[in-house]
Amino acid sequence: MSQKQEEENPAEETGEEKQDTQEKEGILPERAEEAKLKAKYPSLGQKPGGSDFLMKRLQKGDYKSLHWSVLLCADEMQKYFDSGDYNMAKAKMKNKQLPSAGPDKNLVTGDHIPTPQDLPQRKSSLVTSKLAGQSFALVAQAGVQWHDLCLLQPLPPGFKRFSCLSLLSSWDYRHATPRPANFVIFL
Amino acid sequence: MAGAGGGNDIQWCFSQVKGAVDDDVAEADIISTVEFNHSGELLATGDKGGRVVIFQQEQENKIQSHSRGEYNVYSTFQSHEPEFDYLKSLEIEEKINKIRWLPQKNAAQFLLSTNDKTIKLWKISERDKRPEGYNLKEEDGRYRDPTTVTTLRVPVCRPMDLMVEASPRRIFANAHTYHINSISINSDYETYLSADDLRINLWHLEITDRSFNIVDIKPANMEELTEVITAAEFHPNSCNTFVYSSSKGTIRLCDMRASALCDRHSKLFEEPEDPSNRSFFSEIISSISDVKFSHSGRYMMTRDYLSVKIWDLNMENRPVETYQVHEYLRSKLCSLYENDCIFDKFECCWNGSDSVVMTGSYNNFFRMFDRNTKRDITLEASRENNKPRTVLKPRKVCASGKRKKDEISVDSLDFNKKILHTAWHPKENIIAVATTNNLYIFQDKVN
Repeated sequence: MSQKQEEENPAEETGEEKQDTQEKEGILPERAEEAKLKAKYPSLGQKPGGSDFLMKRLQKGDYKSLHWSVLLCADEMQKYFDSGDYNMAKAKMKNKQLPSAGPDKNLVTGDHIPTPQDLPQRKSSLVTSKLAGQSFALVAQAGVQWHDLCLLQPLPPGFKRFSCLSLLSSWDYRHATPRPANFVIFL
Repeated sequence: MAGAGGGNDIQWCFSQVKGAVDDDVAEADIISTVEFNHSGELLATGDKGGRVVIFQQEQENKIQSHSRGEYNVYSTFQSHEPEFDYLKSLEIEEKINKIRWLPQKNAAQFLLSTNDKTIKLWKISERDKRPEGYNLKEEDGRYRDPTTVTTLRVPVCRPMDLMVEASPRRIFANAHTYHINSISINSDYETYLSADDLRINLWHLEITDRSFNIVDIKPANMEELTEVITAAEFHPNSCNTFVYSSSKGTIRLCDMRASALCDRHSKLFEEPEDPSNRSFFSEIISSISDVKFSHSGRYMMTRDYLSVKIWDLNMENRPVETYQVHEYLRSKLCSLYENDCIFDKFECCWNGSDSVVMTGSYNNFFRMFDRNTKRDITLEASRENNKPRTVLKPRKVCASGKRKKDEISVDSLDFNKKILHTAWHPKENIIAVATTNNLYIFQDKVN
């Protein structure tokens, strides 16, 4: 009889010891992880979306939202009249965060006529995928150089590829259009 | 340990690997989607650079009957280009989110590819003949002086080297405010749906300037937003039925016959959660990253962060099967949140007979669950075993405590090596597994 009672009691007991064993059976991992996170980032709200990580991303202009809650703030970010307006607002916001030297000087905001060297690099649109193999070595190599250039010139935060360069790709003669024997692209 | 041999277990062997060997991965080469066509002869991949590469299976060599045809490059083209939305000051990535094949109706192949905002219908056609013997043109294309032409001849069609051409036939644009996460072709082969975070649109393949909105979960006040659409798919047989999954772990089945706007679901699939188990991470890890109907149409599979669940469409209150993919990660959620891995969107797929399901994990591991034998296996996509017909060795992760000889401990897992995209040949035991920038093809051992 007493044995039976002992077996029934674990379900009802709320003493600390019993909670511990219950937690050890499987509730502990997530809660322990939550405690770890809260200890590291005390300002963490209850909602994952309100966290510092995600807000930081928004400020950087990274709209590749990991968490959907970025959507909630996306509307706020879209109040710019045009691209120049966006540029100005970003410049104001980033006042303290702008790097001291170089890259922002290259920013074109209408003071002078832009030249291709000033503007952030864009990658060629006809680089062959490496999955397609090494038969187009020339083009692939040119593509690699293009990427390297892109990496060499650091872009100010929030200004990734922001320019009127969407037109550039159509008349960019730096890379010969590949004319491999088997592949033809009709546009 | 399943797959190690004996009985009806499949033994998976390495077949091919595509892509560069170097560890320095260009961002454009990151594979973002993998899809077999309806016959399995073609395998399409999309990458972050907006390119599509299609592989074609060689016709089976009758002499070498111990292996199936290899997949070789058939066509490659630039599907999407990066764009900039000036109105919203937002970049539009060219990354291909999904590729879906249309069933073949004539000599040409058609596929739909989509990035965050625009869906394109591509026609891939072969040309193996060309006319020769023009009167006014030389063979190399230069025009002849008409005054030098003294005789007339009839141009003749002669065989030429096979040329595969890809041309965009339809461009379906400007219908999505948010990022497109899914496209699904209807079983009527005339319409398809596209889903973004808050809306689902129905298109006709022939009409590009109009689409119908069939689901809209955007609240009047965005502050009230609590969940988003994460994936959507049409039923494989019923052209009026589709499902969409949410970031809260629920799946809604809608019937388009009920009303024009399917905001009210016909069925709601949700597994009850024990409120005492709730934590900060609960909602994030319950978010469904992929939903796939079985070929039969009776079941659907959902993938959340730690598990794969199989639902019977007739039962809404809980899944009929649940498989743990990497339960050992539950005690690592804090660091997975910090390095963003907790937001990784894994896909899942069925085999042709709906008896086995497969999904990816970290460290270039992928997992298969046999629904009949209830056995599972973990395999690794790595260049170490890259001799053709090498049988893959099952892998095991040791959660804690003593690590056995061949096991790998959780802390040694490489979280940058993730397998998000996998595909299973619709008829045979051939699978395509995408690591970050490589595509592995495995097949079962043919004796």
